[in-house]
Amino acid sequence: MGGVKVHLRNPSRTIEHPGPVSIVALLQKLEVNRESVLVIRGGTLVPGDALLADDDEVEIRPVISGGAA
Amino acid sequence: MKCRVCRGPAVIDIRRHNANFCVDHFLRLCRDQVTKAIAEFSMLERGDRVLVAVSGGKDSLALWDLLRELGYEADGLYIGLGIGGYSDRSGEAVKAFAQERGWPLQVIDLRDEFDYDVPTAAKVTKRVPCSACGLSKRHLFDKAALDGGYDAVATGHNLDDEAAVLFGNTLRWQTEYLARQMPVLPARHGFPRKVKPLVSLGEREMAAYCVLRGIDYIVEECPMAAGNKHLGYKEALNEIEARSPGSKHAFYFGFLARAAERFRDAAPDGPEESGLGLCTRCGAPSTNELCAFCHLVERSAGAEPVVLTTKGAR
Ligand code: SF4
Ligand SMILES: [Zn+2]
Ligand SMILES: [Zn+2]
Repeated sequence: MGGVKVHLRNPSRTIEHPGPVSIVALLQKLEVNRESVLVIRGGTLVPGDALLADDDEVEIRPVISGGAA
Repeated sequence: MKCRVCRGPAVIDIRRHNANFCVDHFLRLCRDQVTKAIAEFSMLERGDRVLVAVSGGKDSLALWDLLRELGYEADGLYIGLGIGGYSDRSGEAVKAFAQERGWPLQVIDLRDEFDYDVPTAAKVTKRVPCSACGLSKRHLFDKAALDGGYDAVATGHNLDDEAAVLFGNTLRWQTEYLARQMPVLPARHGFPRKVKPLVSLGEREMAAYCVLRGIDYIVEECPMAAGNKHLGYKEALNEIEARSPGSKHAFYFGFLARAAERFRDAAPDGPEESGLGLCTRCGAPSTNELCAFCHLVERSAGAEPVVLTTKGAR
């Protein structure tokens, strides 16, 4: 029995957060700007108001690319 | 969260539109935005053959998919930049994407065909990597488009890219760049038309489009980009956007509608306007005997390759 598994990138790591927690609250807690990420679960997007429960697994994927040309 | 259009369950919120969308209506929104941008700026006409500059990232693969969805004859061109494992993995992503769909993809590898790569060229010519890279890509895309008889080259620049470039150019009042920062550059002698059909879609929307369309893009970033100014501008704009949704759109489209015209005189003449010649090696328009690309190749080819570490160029 674990919390919500959250995969993050740059650097790549996995953390656990106690559920239930909404996406909005989770991102706030991690100090991630919502404009710069997507939350993905099982190949689809998780809307901001969704509640994550213990044992859920999500990826927080940054969407900002850096190329200047 | 409910879809603005059908009231079904939404998967994405777009604060700039103050609305949420379900999968189908979000994908439709993306197609509609591209259709609208293409029409508004006269980027493409029905039946145009388009060469899409693909990098393996979300924007270019989404662009290729969208143009095909909209019925354009769009082929891909991938340039192997020789940026260590990043280039290997992005090349694989592009090839797999094209193969799965059976879409024509042309591949040019800088090391195989010109005996240099971006990190080495940057070091030898003392340019920043993105400058050596951009010069190489522009030249090769132009040439491939002209040789292949394409009507236009399409690139995946999105709203965030354009707003960040505009922000940087405005901070320093680089008027000659402001004069040229348009979503479409008409064909000129020796140069194909260049179009940016994604200018009204944000970066987050492009990533969402890929996830929802099952497009397996490379999430990893080019190591050369780390810490560059462009990224800093994007972050700054996203801070502003978070407090005031719609700012990026207003900044960029306001510039196009009400300011761009005023900088037109600051655009430097292209080689053909100033009545100058052609590169003696490749035939591209050039003010010098060798064009900038051939000059870069001349200096970089055969130089000892730069080895990339995880921290970037060494
Ligand atoms: S970040 Fe710079 S070096 Fe890397 S692919 Fe983009 S333009 Fe080229
Ligand atoms: Zn809907
Ligand atoms: Zn040349």
